[in-house]
Amino acid sequence: MSEPLLEVIALAKSFGGVRATDGVALTVAPREVHAVIGPNGAGKTTLISQLSGLVAPDGGEIRFGGRDITRLGAHKRALVGLARSFQITSLFAGMTALQNVALAVQAHEGHSFRFWRPAAGDERIEAPALAALDKVGIGDRAGTMVGALSHGERRQLEIAMALAAEPRLLLLDEPMAGMGPEESARMIAILKGLKGTTAMLLVEHDMDAVFALADRISVLVYGKVIASGAPADIRANEAVKRAYLGEA
Amino acid sequence: MPPFPAISRPGRLKRAAPGDLAGLIVMALLFVLPLIAWWSGHRFYIDFATRIVVYAIVASSLNLILGYGGLVSFGHAAFIGIGAYCVGIPAYYGFESGLLHFPLAIAVSALFALLTGAVCLRTRGVYFIMITMAFAQMAYYLFQSLDAYGGDDGLTIYNRSWLPGLNLDQRPQLFLLAFVSLVLVLLLKQRLVNSRFGMVLRGAKANETRMTAIGYDTYAYQLAAYVIAGAVAGYGGALLGDFSSFIAPSMMGWTRSGDLMFMVILGGAGTLFGPVMGAVVILVLEEYLGPFLAWLADLTHLHQAIPNIEHDWQLPFGLLLIAIVLYQRGGLSGLIERLAGRA
Repeated sequence: MSEPLLEVIALAKSFGGVRATDGVALTVAPREVHAVIGPNGAGKTTLISQLSGLVAPDGGEIRFGGRDITRLGAHKRALVGLARSFQITSLFAGMTALQNVALAVQAHEGHSFRFWRPAAGDERIEAPALAALDKVGIGDRAGTMVGALSHGERRQLEIAMALAAEPRLLLLDEPMAGMGPEESARMIAILKGLKGTTAMLLVEHDMDAVFALADRISVLVYGKVIASGAPADIRANEAVKRAYLGEA
Repeated sequence: MPPFPAISRPGRLKRAAPGDLAGLIVMALLFVLPLIAWWSGHRFYIDFATRIVVYAIVASSLNLILGYGGLVSFGHAAFIGIGAYCVGIPAYYGFESGLLHFPLAIAVSALFALLTGAVCLRTRGVYFIMITMAFAQMAYYLFQSLDAYGGDDGLTIYNRSWLPGLNLDQRPQLFLLAFVSLVLVLLLKQRLVNSRFGMVLRGAKANETRMTAIGYDTYAYQLAAYVIAGAVAGYGGALLGDFSSFIAPSMMGWTRSGDLMFMVILGGAGTLFGPVMGAVVILVLEEYLGPFLAWLADLTHLHQAIPNIEHDWQLPFGLLLIAIVLYQRGGLSGLIERLAGRA
């Protein structure tokens, strides 16, 4: 197996007395889709937040591309190729879909202390932004304000923003959250299209999506990884069935 | 041929929005009326207009951080005071060149903004409001304690800033300098908020967490905006010093900061001409609401019930402001947009 792109070692985080992340270890290989599943409150979003740098871990190590990024600021992680999407859609209200993605592209286009030329119409940021919108299938909604987009379209925009800067690893926090079956199917198709080019760490409740996309699955329960392996193995794992799949 | 002709680009207006059209009309009136008044012998009005224009400059600078950046600063009047003292103190020592005063006002205000902003921007929300106010009050008490420059009693500027080719003792020339400055400030603001820098500033207002997640160090950009806003306000303060020929710490009191906030919010935060309209409305009301209410009381024979209305105009004024903030989000610019949309 090749050198992992992301390596998480003994990661720990507590909120008060609650161990949200309790010695988590996992890896994501280049171009691999690694899904993290687990019941509500298992610490999945906390894990993503620590990986993206918005929450500081109490202990452990995060290595990305062979480099220790445990204490690297959130905005710098984005710049080295670690992009995330949010479980609760996190967009720029009052801007168009294109402007949302353009801002994400602009972050990777050097500093933004450029005070005079209008950002709108700047091809260096709008062309890649439009390409990202096309990739998630909402290229025709580029000029639409965020407020006028449907829930599904906003979820797609959420992914487009994470994709905009062509990250090496995409951290996806429940991309299907709140979606109907039709929208979910479309999102699965979009993510399938990215498979093989972009590595993904996918946190998701939707088991259809997980089994359709994942190369490997880890099961998180009360902040601990209780099982990790190929989808078929996870499906057959008794502990997992008891802790999680058994509910269904 | 632009690459994406079909995409609408807010901020770069193909067709002037009603709010901007109203703003242009206000600007035109603000330019023409005082000059007409001056040449027809009503000399007071050009002073009044100059004051409005100067406050419009300062309010526009506040709009950059408050309206576009979402940073509610309650200490913006400090820059007025600093700018004004950058005229008054050199003039006190006989340095009367505006080529010194204005750059000094801009530089000192920018420095004050850099030092205080570096601290203030570590906080958000109510804490940001309180700490910006605290720094402004510190500046207020500092100037109050400088007895050499009049302390609480203030300092008279005997000679206005000297500028090549201009005589600021001539009221129309001072007015024109202020007006041209306002136009340049608005142009600067328009370019700034639509530039890459402006998009970052607006993005951080809309969703700071997301900005961080996509790779921005928002703090650095907000601090730069804070410094630019401070520098422009300092320049406005220097103009105000020249205009009033008298400067006192009260120019930078927290109530003045509140007035500036109201100008921005009333006119329309995050709009190009909103603060200009806000400055016009607030200063006109300040000047004429009292006499108007007294006249109204006389007319309706209510003057016995409310004998002091001429001096107690702040109460209805305050109620009006509360009503606008509560019921008219978007301020006057928003109101005009809505009325035009309905028509």
